[in-house]
Amino acid sequence: MSHALCAGLCTLLGSALVAGPIDDPHLDVIPRTPAEQKRIDDVRAPTSDFGAAERFESKPAGAATVRATTDSNAFSYPSGNISFEDQLDFKVGNGLFKKLWVSSPSSTLASDGLGPLYNARSCQRCHVKDGRGHPPAGPDDFAISMFLRVSIPGGSEDGVAEIEDYIATLPEPNYGEQLQDFSLAGQPAEYKLDISYEEIEVPLSGGEVASLRKPSYAATNLGYGPLHPDAMLSPRIAPQMIGLGLLEAIPAADILAAADPDDLDGDGISGRPNIVWSVEYDQPMLGRFGLKAGLPTIRHQTASAFSGDIGISTSLLPAAWGECTELQTQCREAPHGDGDVRVFEVDDIGLGLVTYYSRNLGVPARRDVEDPQVLQGKKVFYSTGCISCHTPKHVTHRLSGQPEQSFQLIWPYTDLLLHDMGPGLADNRPEARATGTEWRTPPLWGIGLTEQVSGHTYFLHDGRARSLLEAILWHGGEAQAQRDRVVDMPPEDRAALIRFLESL
Amino acid sequence: MKAQLLGVSALALSASIAGSAYAAEKADILNNYADIAAAKYADALVTASTLQAAVDALIAEPSDITLQAAKDAWLAARVPYQQTEVFRFGNAIVDDWEGKVNAWPLDEGLIDYVDASYGGASDENELRVLNVVANASFTMSGESVDAASITPALLEESLHEADGVEANVATGYHAIEFLLWGQDLNGHEAGAGNRPFTDYSSGDACTNGNCDRRAEYLKSATDLLISDLEWMAAQWVDGGEARATLLADEDAGISAILTGMGSLSYGEQAGERMRLGLMLNDPEEEHDCFADNTHNSHYYVGLGIQNVYLGEYVRIDGTLVEGPSLSDLVAESDAALDAEMLGKLSQTMRRLGQIKTAAEAGFRYDQMLERGNAGGEALIMGGVNALVDQTRSIERVVAALGVSAIEFEGSDSLDNPEAVFQ
Repeated sequence: MSHALCAGLCTLLGSALVAGPIDDPHLDVIPRTPAEQKRIDDVRAPTSDFGAAERFESKPAGAATVRATTDSNAFSYPSGNISFEDQLDFKVGNGLFKKLWVSSPSSTLASDGLGPLYNARSCQRCHVKDGRGHPPAGPDDFAISMFLRVSIPGGSEDGVAEIEDYIATLPEPNYGEQLQDFSLAGQPAEYKLDISYEEIEVPLSGGEVASLRKPSYAATNLGYGPLHPDAMLSPRIAPQMIGLGLLEAIPAADILAAADPDDLDGDGISGRPNIVWSVEYDQPMLGRFGLKAGLPTIRHQTASAFSGDIGISTSLLPAAWGECTELQTQCREAPHGDGDVRVFEVDDIGLGLVTYYSRNLGVPARRDVEDPQVLQGKKVFYSTGCISCHTPKHVTHRLSGQPEQSFQLIWPYTDLLLHDMGPGLADNRPEARATGTEWRTPPLWGIGLTEQVSGHTYFLHDGRARSLLEAILWHGGEAQAQRDRVVDMPPEDRAALIRFLESL
Repeated sequence: MKAQLLGVSALALSASIAGSAYAAEKADILNNYADIAAAKYADALVTASTLQAAVDALIAEPSDITLQAAKDAWLAARVPYQQTEVFRFGNAIVDDWEGKVNAWPLDEGLIDYVDASYGGASDENELRVLNVVANASFTMSGESVDAASITPALLEESLHEADGVEANVATGYHAIEFLLWGQDLNGHEAGAGNRPFTDYSSGDACTNGNCDRRAEYLKSATDLLISDLEWMAAQWVDGGEARATLLADEDAGISAILTGMGSLSYGEQAGERMRLGLMLNDPEEEHDCFADNTHNSHYYVGLGIQNVYLGEYVRIDGTLVEGPSLSDLVAESDAALDAEMLGKLSQTMRRLGQIKTAAEAGFRYDQMLERGNAGGEALIMGGVNALVDQTRSIERVVAALGVSAIEFEGSDSLDNPEAVFQ
């Protein structure tokens, strides 16, 4: 509360005091003492002892860690330290997360407002079992759990003056910022996603050979005319949902401190924060969520997904027609679900519940932390330089009112910064400060449970990698050297590295 | 308000006197809890076996009488089973198993024919109108599935939670409930599903087609329920894994009991099963919706929480299982807290009893959920508030006993400097 007030006051007080990305206005922070900071710095230092697991390593989310079940429910449990009382919000939030939205008008007033254009009718449909999505299995498969973002280059007047190096873009004039492949009756859907793959063989040390599939994307069956000639498309898989509240509670200052935009330390790795405009706090904030860190908070991310993916309005993004453009008149004029007692299609209570749910999906405990091959793989992970971006440890803010996320030692293996990953992975579509070749380091916790939870092992932003090894081999740009080391290392080290990742 | 409080404390007083007969050793409390679990699951198995016999009779000789007998047996089977839900959340072995027995809500079109108003396949769930009863083979997730014979293995391994969609419930009580009652097409009006017995008739008398396959599904689902309950009942007897895990660490065991009570009261029952339905005014958000049995489902969940605290359970044959209880343990150190806990549990049973009473007198749960129905909302919120209130006392019990409520062995936050910064 005091922070929200401060943000408002600071803005009023003039530019010298403008609240910026180093602030965490979404959190009610109890400041760290110098002594505490020293303890945190010590505990965060990377280990050099690979003879045994570190203390607490088996609990990647600290006290919020949950038991690693052996079934597909492993990502669906609430934070391990959640109170009975908060389990109610979690469960009701889960109900809304699973709920199927229906078209307006409908007798079930509390559930209407779908679309008119949408990618899915519920959150859960893309975030199946709260895990990661996957590309369509074939031409007849629904593209659900994957979609295309779209935009066109903007002019200098389209940027955000308060954010340095902001890359101005505009929504595609006909289609908006996202292509929706479903629509209500009487409305054309926007497109169908076509994917084709080309296999590329990659020789590895020891006579091993890997094969990568290089995707090509096309938007076909376009329902509203051709795309703008400068349209930039970015394919996106639904990311896993675990541990988000903890990522949200890492001090922005800690993330920013690790940034090295000009590679002053000369390690070949830059690391740039994405800075985005918060509609919630009306100020620039550190981007944390989304594949290019385009959104600052879980609440904003949730509202954005309600609007773009399901066509549901909230107080943050109040358009009842979702993200239909001015040119999509039929969509804008269709019946909508807002304007009743909820005001928006999802009111602040509902938005808050889904936000709470998303903030509290627990990270499962590590398995086999003391296994010799896992420890060997951990050593390889560290010595290869993977930890330059996949930062093992953070300590969250001490927080009032958020005991689940408060002051936890967490092991997400991400720096939440943007890195140039080379032309092979590039979507060539900027997002805020992120360039067309940059991606946010994704957290690796829970990655070894992907097959158990989601029934597949498709990784990276568009699911092109069919295994963890393939995902590593796609790394380029700043991570080219690390990728090459994995190609050249003895096969047993490579196997150990994969084994370590599977234990996360 | 005053009168209500007086009522509570009077109840609490009498209950606490009745409950103080045992000296409370933690090991004895845990053993009694395991005995009660064993008895409840055994009763669930006995009543499910009665259901199985009734299902066999229905299939052999379909009639209004045999169908009604099967429905009656299903309703009776829910009584002990719902009292076992309190073993969830605290006992991992129950959590890992429960989904195939009592999963809900379900897209019933996966199983059998549905009314046109149900709609077609959705982009959400391609399988929601799969209708296994009518289709001896079909494609699922790009692979062809042979369903010429509807076996327990087909239901459990291929269909249940197919495609990761939790609404694809192919097994358990609610799948059987649908096969006995059919869809509840009454919306917010009174009334349950109304499946004709001729859905199980042979030859020309068969209605809605594929009666033999429907019977096969019902039989397989019932057989599977039996084998699942047999397995769980065996985990709680002497030498069973659930009992052994519980007894391995006394404090963790006590914590498991309280975690189950609190999580079931607050998040699961008050939240997901009651408040959510009221928020959405959706008759689909009704736990036993086909049979219109939600009032009982809620009531027996509440009773299960209460009788675990009291350390007593009245079996379906009238036998009383009782022994040292959490109530005894709390009363030894803090009699007032025990009285408070007993009062809260009684208050919940009063509120859930009001829902049950109203429903049995004709004001059904789906009517209570209707938007703008003030009486229904008051009844349901009465239950929600009582469950929430009792959880606050459960938290106080947790604190008083000095056990960690959210059982997670050895968890250490940084707030434990001893543990992190040596």
